[in-house]
Amino acid sequence: MSAAKNININLKIWRQKNAKAKGSMETYKLDNVSTASSFLEMLDQLNEELVNEKKEPVAFDHDCREGICGMCSLYINGRAHGPDTGTTTCQLHMRKFNDGDTIFIEPWRSKAFPVVKDLVVDRSSFDRIQQAGGFVSVNTSGNTIDANATPINKGDADKSFEAAACIGCGACVATCKNGSAMLFVGAKVSQYALLPQGKVEATERVLNMVRQMDEEGFGNCTNTGACEVECPKGISLENIARMNREYLSASLKG
Amino acid sequence: MAKSTMLKSSIAKKVAMALSGLFLMLFLAQHFFINMTSVFSPDTFNSISHFMGNNPLVQYVIQPILIVGVIFHFIMGFTLDLKNRNARPVSYVKFDGAANSSWASRNMIISGSVVLAFLGLHFYDFWFPEMIYKYVDVNALEPTRYFHELAEKFESPVRTGLYCFSFLLLSLHLWHGFNSSFQSVGANNKFTKASHKFGYAFAIVIPFGFIFIALFHHFNH
Amino acid sequence: MKLDSKIPEGPIADKWTNYKDHLKLVAPNNRPKIDVIVVGTGLAGSSAAASLAEMGYNVKAFCFQDSPRRAHSIAAQGGINAAKNYQNDGDSTFRLFYDTIKGGDYRAREANVHRLAEVSGNIIDQCVAQGVPFARDYGGNLDNRSFGGTQVQRTFYAAGQTGQQLLLGAYSSLSRQIGQGNIQMFNRHEMLDLVKIDGKARGIIARNLVTGEIERHSAHAVIIATGGYGNVYFLSTNAMGSNVTAGWKIHKQGAAFANPCYVQIHPTCIPVHGTNQSKLTLMSESLRNSGRIWVPKKKEDAEAIRAGKLKPTQLAEEDRDYYLERKYPAFGNLVPRDVASRAAKEVCDEGHGIEANDTNEGVYLDFSSEIQSKGRQTAYAKGNHHPTDEEVTKLGKQWLEEKYGNLFTMYQKITDENPYETPMKIYPAVHYTMGGVWVDYNLQSTIPGCFVAGEANFSDHGANRLGASALMQGLADGYFVLPYTVSNYLADEIRTGKISTDSPEFVEAENRVKDSINKFLNNNGSKTVDHFHKRLGLIMWNKVGMGRNEAGLTEAISEIAALKEEFYKDVYVPGSADELNQELEKALRVADFIDLGQLMAMDALQRKESCGGHFREEYQDSEGETLRDDENFSFVGAWEYMGYDISKEILNKEELKYEFIKIAARNYK
Repeated sequence: MSAAKNININLKIWRQKNAKAKGSMETYKLDNVSTASSFLEMLDQLNEELVNEKKEPVAFDHDCREGICGMCSLYINGRAHGPDTGTTTCQLHMRKFNDGDTIFIEPWRSKAFPVVKDLVVDRSSFDRIQQAGGFVSVNTSGNTIDANATPINKGDADKSFEAAACIGCGACVATCKNGSAMLFVGAKVSQYALLPQGKVEATERVLNMVRQMDEEGFGNCTNTGACEVECPKGISLENIARMNREYLSASLKG
Repeated sequence: MAKSTMLKSSIAKKVAMALSGLFLMLFLAQHFFINMTSVFSPDTFNSISHFMGNNPLVQYVIQPILIVGVIFHFIMGFTLDLKNRNARPVSYVKFDGAANSSWASRNMIISGSVVLAFLGLHFYDFWFPEMIYKYVDVNALEPTRYFHELAEKFESPVRTGLYCFSFLLLSLHLWHGFNSSFQSVGANNKFTKASHKFGYAFAIVIPFGFIFIALFHHFNH
Repeated sequence: MKLDSKIPEGPIADKWTNYKDHLKLVAPNNRPKIDVIVVGTGLAGSSAAASLAEMGYNVKAFCFQDSPRRAHSIAAQGGINAAKNYQNDGDSTFRLFYDTIKGGDYRAREANVHRLAEVSGNIIDQCVAQGVPFARDYGGNLDNRSFGGTQVQRTFYAAGQTGQQLLLGAYSSLSRQIGQGNIQMFNRHEMLDLVKIDGKARGIIARNLVTGEIERHSAHAVIIATGGYGNVYFLSTNAMGSNVTAGWKIHKQGAAFANPCYVQIHPTCIPVHGTNQSKLTLMSESLRNSGRIWVPKKKEDAEAIRAGKLKPTQLAEEDRDYYLERKYPAFGNLVPRDVASRAAKEVCDEGHGIEANDTNEGVYLDFSSEIQSKGRQTAYAKGNHHPTDEEVTKLGKQWLEEKYGNLFTMYQKITDENPYETPMKIYPAVHYTMGGVWVDYNLQSTIPGCFVAGEANFSDHGANRLGASALMQGLADGYFVLPYTVSNYLADEIRTGKISTDSPEFVEAENRVKDSINKFLNNNGSKTVDHFHKRLGLIMWNKVGMGRNEAGLTEAISEIAALKEEFYKDVYVPGSADELNQELEKALRVADFIDLGQLMAMDALQRKESCGGHFREEYQDSEGETLRDDENFSFVGAWEYMGYDISKEILNKEELKYEFIKIAARNYK
């Protein structure tokens, strides 16, 4: 472990008053940042300074700060969630940066993720895709069959879990040169397609979710594989292939 | 859902792109093997070329399909690229694509455009003269002319250079395209590792084979 | 204030069934005429909203995050309990009920807890039906693990992301109802007040966090499922946005707030690293299944470790103090959370702490024994009966990675240390709040029509919550309790008709909200919101934390009251009301935390006993264990708001009767 030290950095941050305003990159200098801090704690520090100078702090999304809620975003130095792989911005630490570095911070860029303010974007398009079919149509009832009544192959259950580990942060869209949401949708489709409970309405699900995905204005996947590399949860491209298969067979059936 | 909506979906387009690409790769492979014979045996090359140029099935069925396939692949490629550009109306100030994907995968539109331009040259060199020879001027059949026509073209160092450059870009296009098309049609399984290796081999052997043929004729003239 | 818990008569095992059978119903054709508001979309909120919408009610759901899927239930790692007895180790509804009551140090309501245990199995069935991918064994059946405070394996899990998977399951049901138009979802909306008409909850005032617009929403019933108040300590394992505002606003409108002093300090969190730290990260309790907790026996070794001169791996076995195994041989490293946390504090107070931070607070959680034993087992299972040491270590690490891979990665990201090679450093941190809004058996607060579910209420965990029980409670409330009890309430509302938002009550509530917002924006003070929040946190951690005493609590009460004055006088909130303004959001939340912090100290002061998470240093036995006073303190302390001055709040008592469980001293030895 390298001992924590303090570094001075330059920040270039996208500032935009609201959805309609025109934004621009602004430059800030921040001194005495501990390398043990997380990236968002560094931004907290900047905001604390800005507020103390009676300036408007930088708005950014964040919540759990332990890499699971998917609320934090940020395009840092040209990469979704910054230079570290397999991590969200909230789990990125300043030890990945050096004294004197200039760090670019931009919001996710996608037609389907419009900027709300500064670094905050609107990702409700993901919610709408989920609403179109990302569920098993089962009502709450105390009379569902016993949980162990249907054994599920461990391999399938594990793969389903790996797909379900998606946190819906949108890094896949942000990093894709085409702004495609196939990894997100593929993961959701796969989670259910791999389970007996989800198979019943698999045809409708994939057709509806893909239709909604297209309507939201996401781009088309060209298999660059960037999403898989930047995904903080390491969701595999296999899920996109599975969705393609599911879609093809659904199209043939439907 | 209506069938028409399904066909317009992003996945349907992607699959169509993949299938046309796979078809073109098959064509490329057979084209390569025929051309390769020109290096070893001008006679074999002549007889195969004669067969291909005069067989009604090849000329009136396969050739139109191929042309449609080529046109479809290009139009679709440009359409999709345009749509994808629209999906990000404001671009990043700093975008480090190299950190997570290959140049070839991110620039299919560039490699594809170069290949398209090359096709123009290639048609100008071979296909148009051939069509005029056969169907406009209606010349007599001459089963031994093909090799000389081929060899003549590679006399010019400029043309040979252009061909070699285009093949390089073709190699990059295939480097991503081969494996990408399998992923697009949903093939990602235990064979994927092997098929990836085959894809990369294909992307190297075929274009560099073409380069070899071009250079062979250029220097052996 | 009269507290009527409405606990049904009859034998404990039949109470809920009989009660449920006699609740009033609303006919399907009447349900679409009735509006229900659900605030919060964690496990309790999402499951309640989805279930009520499925039944046919008109539901409006609110969350302050950008999507309902982000609620902090998502961060629960370890698992969810259910009395399925799939592992054939003698588990039963009664045993889960008993363990929960005992774990809560006999300060929870018997009837509520039994109901929780009864429906626990249904939760697992429901989640599996929804497509929640729980961990399974090779036979395709569900896998279980054990958790602190129990001697059976009843915890269902999905790697270290159980909360995520359960929440996404509830979110999928919620999404389905939104898609069908049965739920109107309001993302990025924060509830800032409750509207009462004729004494009944009739709606809320919410702020659209994007536009700043203050909105009125009416309903026939309001469900608050907004989670716990751990962020009163500033540093906690809660999400940054987790807050008590909805709960506190209904408290101000007349809902009693119960047992605020019951806070769970989780034993296995990553220690504090510095002053700019914004939150603490939990390492799942499930790690205590595989890790052994220790500190150096000699203080000089601890000192050398802190100075970086000695590595923990260099310390010989006999120089390590596995203090939990030493003190509690029966439960060892799996003692309940409060016990484990206090033990860690004790050894650190004695000077054995190993973390090089301001307070030297940290202990080791060591996986080296588990690597050896699991490595050997795995080698054996693979037919290798004479594995080399390297093979054993390699297989052991693989085993750990499969079981806890994501946690280990997270630890390494944060601390830059590799827990496969060197023991993890951990220390207790504020994690869960057992206290909350007082509710009766129907989960209804003292305001008719205002229901409170999940961590936001006080009902099921007594003075200490057992691991893997929070997920169980959240989903039990939302899926299997509220749909019945809310319907029972709404049965009398079928003739009410649409509730207008133009009434004077709505106007007045809206003005209250606008006034407080304007007050902050025009304050022009000199210090940031975080400045005050951090100060509040320090007072709370030092004086209302793991060890409490009369002098400290008395000081805390006056210090917090003074902090409140200073806060209102000197806080600076930039920006305006009609835009996305995160500083303003924080200010509104911190205002409520300050009030609550004072009440917590008051509650801790009045409770002159030690129980569960509430440890009064004056009340301990000769071995330093909690000393309850069942004669005088076997009650729920429910506070009644009496205006701006929190010290004026009145304590109401609901007596706890134990008819089915013999009350005893908690013993984990």
